[in-house]
Amino acid sequence: MKITMAHGSGGESTSSLIHNIFSKHFNNEILSKLEDSAVVEGNSRIAVTTDSFVVTPIIFPGGDIGRLSVCGTVNDLLMSSARPKYLTCGCILEEGLDMDVLDSVISSMAQTAYEAGIKIITGDTKVIENKGGEPGLIINTSGVGFVDDDHEIPGPFNLQDEDVIILSGNLGDHHAAILGKRMGIETSIVSDAAPLCEMVTKLFDAKIRVHAMRDVTRGGLGTVLNEFSSSSNCTIELEEDALPVSESVKDFCGMLGLDPMYMGNEGKMVISVHKDDASKALSLIKSSKYGENACIIGKVYKNADLENNVILNTEIGGKRIIGLMYGEGLPRIC
Amino acid sequence: MRLLNYSMKLRGLQSDMQNNFKEIARALREYDGEEVRIMEVCGTHTAAISENGIPSMLSPKIKLISGPGCPVCVTVTAVIDKLIELSLTENTVVLTFGDLIRVKGTFKSLADAKAEGAHVKMVYSPLESLELAKANPSINYVFAAIGFETTTPVYATVLDEAIKRNIHNLRLLTSLKTMPEVIRWVVNSGNDIDGFIAPGHVAAITGADIFAKLSKELSIPFVVSGFKGKQLLLTIYAIVSMKGTAGFRNLYKEVVSDEGNLKAQELVSKFFTLSDASWRGMGKIPGSGMILKDEYREYDAGSIGLDEDHMPKGCSCAEVLVGKLKPNECPLFGKVCTPDNAHGACMVSTEGSCYNYFVSGRK
Repeated sequence: MKITMAHGSGGESTSSLIHNIFSKHFNNEILSKLEDSAVVEGNSRIAVTTDSFVVTPIIFPGGDIGRLSVCGTVNDLLMSSARPKYLTCGCILEEGLDMDVLDSVISSMAQTAYEAGIKIITGDTKVIENKGGEPGLIINTSGVGFVDDDHEIPGPFNLQDEDVIILSGNLGDHHAAILGKRMGIETSIVSDAAPLCEMVTKLFDAKIRVHAMRDVTRGGLGTVLNEFSSSSNCTIELEEDALPVSESVKDFCGMLGLDPMYMGNEGKMVISVHKDDASKALSLIKSSKYGENACIIGKVYKNADLENNVILNTEIGGKRIIGLMYGEGLPRIC
Repeated sequence: MRLLNYSMKLRGLQSDMQNNFKEIARALREYDGEEVRIMEVCGTHTAAISENGIPSMLSPKIKLISGPGCPVCVTVTAVIDKLIELSLTENTVVLTFGDLIRVKGTFKSLADAKAEGAHVKMVYSPLESLELAKANPSINYVFAAIGFETTTPVYATVLDEAIKRNIHNLRLLTSLKTMPEVIRWVVNSGNDIDGFIAPGHVAAITGADIFAKLSKELSIPFVVSGFKGKQLLLTIYAIVSMKGTAGFRNLYKEVVSDEGNLKAQELVSKFFTLSDASWRGMGKIPGSGMILKDEYREYDAGSIGLDEDHMPKGCSCAEVLVGKLKPNECPLFGKVCTPDNAHGACMVSTEGSCYNYFVSGRK
């Protein structure tokens, strides 16, 4: 069965779509009231974020747009030191979308939300005409999280001299998985889309002095670290041989002329921590789900004599400046 | 360390690269002989040199210069203009690689035209064009076939398949270049090059022999190189050691044979023939390109006579491409010309020398 314009009419077809797919998977006491707004308990400090997901293909190795739409927003809340609580789900469906595909995407959203301990409490569905090509769907999720009263929120302005930079796992998996699927290249690479709740919560609870924290998404590690460096007026020095990249992603990048430094991930974060807390932070992340490949990748220097930039000490002993990303990270042609 | 010592040591160092790497790196860092100007003529080498931070490892007396090795950078504006014209034609879709889409023609780029409604589609491989053409028989597809000896066999494969599969709605707009003539041109234009890092991918197709011959003819050392950082350092070491001679080495034997890929050469010569070609900022260089043979002219989308070249005002791409200026010596570099607002093609492509200088902070 396919999505038709009638599913967006607000009439019986819409009700049955909501009942048979959304309510079925997102079942909880707040959502099931199906009121105009969800009314929930609050907190003195809340974090609010929103993100839209337009990825094609909808389903890719290691995940789908549903899982992605939960992970993206949950991770954004976590990076602001919030404990994720509530999520909204806005779906724009293209006419002709297969109902089974929608069901599997929404089911995946529900499972990921359950894994992340966040409740999907309200939503909306619209149907638009298919403008040619494979019918797709777009998801917007907004998230609300609670920030502990006494918690100091880390930020890119807050890096300190001698901080240690820790990356929570391998670079480039999501980007390579999507690109490989689009290009019809068979690889063993799967997306890393994952909620980072466990590792972040462990860092909060252990009172690790995290000075800055970011999920490494579009634009990749290079983009995040450049923001850290310019916001905090510091130099970040990275060791190339410490950067975790799987062999299959290395091969994939080598073939297409891509740089894992600028590739998007959906289940990785980079933190700048006080040097005395670094080894504890690393072991907490490594013992968490999705953190087994975490490692220390570099150090922060604050010195008026140094330029504020990101420097990579290459494997062969050279130095290279990691600048901002330009263009779209397109494959090279020869 | 004297050059003679370099030369004698080279064979031994090459055979045990892993263990001797430190010695090579030290020698290149401490080199204090005559200045050596080394040109690479492959965009992938340009990118690999930056990615590995190689310039930071060399003595100031060893200069690396990026030559005309980035296919997008050497494409004249007339080709871009023609592609834009085609993309605005009814029922016609222009297929192109990513980098080319952002290069400006006389007035605009394919990306600008696309934003205004022109039919431009980016593809990752020319082979995708076959599937598109088969699936949409009422649309005429034109592939922007730019590149060097490396890419030409792929276009030949596309044509071969198109003919086998009876596909008639796919044509090529070719702007294909070959290496030997442009290298001669660079050397004969008085550019003071002491040695060439010969392009590994091109040599894999053409064979190493053509570079061995060039080396003899021009009395300049050529070394065929792979793309890993250590391979490139060994190549630079070899060139420094052979400065002033007609030395030649193939240090990429695992991929490059003396005679090259004969099957690919055969396929190319079935469809293409040597021709004169216009290079951005350099003008027409006799025998430096390839065009479709007369018998396959029906697959050509109008590639002949596309020689006009309107360099943007103040742009020094022409001098940069032949090593007369370093990218950061162009008055526009980093000021008005950046990857997000590229005036010249060398700042657009990820293989372009200006782009690589800019993003990796090369001085």
